[in-house]
Amino acid sequence: MSEPVSALGGASTSGIVEVADAGPVGMITIRGDLSDVAVRNALAGCLISALPATRQVMESGTDRLLWMSPDELLLLCPQDEVAARTGALSDALKDQHHMVIDVSDARAVFKLTGVEGALRETFAKLAPADLRAASLPVGEVRRTRLVQVPAAFWFASDSEAHLICFRSVADYVFGLLTHAATPGSEVAFFD
Amino acid sequence: MLILTCPYCGIACDETELSPGGEAHLKRYGPGSSDDEFETYLFHRENPKGIHFERWRHAHGCGKWFHAARDTITLEVFGTYPAQVTEPPQDVKDAISAKHPGWSWRDFS
Ligand SMILES: [Zn+2]
Repeated sequence: MSEPVSALGGASTSGIVEVADAGPVGMITIRGDLSDVAVRNALAGCLISALPATRQVMESGTDRLLWMSPDELLLLCPQDEVAARTGALSDALKDQHHMVIDVSDARAVFKLTGVEGALRETFAKLAPADLRAASLPVGEVRRTRLVQVPAAFWFASDSEAHLICFRSVADYVFGLLTHAATPGSEVAFFD
Repeated sequence: MLILTCPYCGIACDETELSPGGEAHLKRYGPGSSDDEFETYLFHRENPKGIHFERWRHAHGCGKWFHAARDTITLEVFGTYPAQVTEPPQDVKDAISAKHPGWSWRDFS
């Protein structure tokens, strides 16, 4: 089987924060009515982590489970587990109205590291989102747009953030993040 | 700047994160309806200076359609509510009545 290759081949850049291509990441979209007890029970049987509440990110081992909408979750896992996990989820949900699909090759993931204020500022320069810690605490995902393209980002800790966008715009997003993190461009609004 | 709170994900989004969906609570007239009904359904829209009900989609967010009641002059938002209803919930009507006693919009008041 061919090796998974991320959109930017491990590119990284350093400015007021470090921006790096997170490499190949397994991503599985799970759709179904998350308010339905039967769907929740089926998912609980084959997901390591508890189901996230609205806008939450659950982390468990190498799994991260993101709340995307009232009927959509995104599971991030090691790419070599995707086939098995997709199969297990499809089996568990086979009696429910659902969709489980491997979107690993359709998306790009970035990892941003640095001090919290600079991380929040980098996103705030590009998205119409409220980046104050009270509005976007650690462990909560924000789907929004990054200038012209859809994106989702979250803080894993106060010094590390992750961002997902469509693979086709990975280079554009990398350019945006690089520019927003240009040394000397600090606004220091969140410090 | 218009800011609407999405009733599905709870995010207070500015309008650039949303797609407008036109007038809310339209009743669809299709096959079997009269020409007048079909014409009204297709073309006749409210265009008020004041209270208005609209559909919006949280396009750059959770992707869901929702309803909003707002004032087109002041951009005051009286409330947002889910799409799966055929008329505004009572609390939204009450919020409008508090500001504009005796208001009406199509069949609602
Ligand atoms: Zn939403």
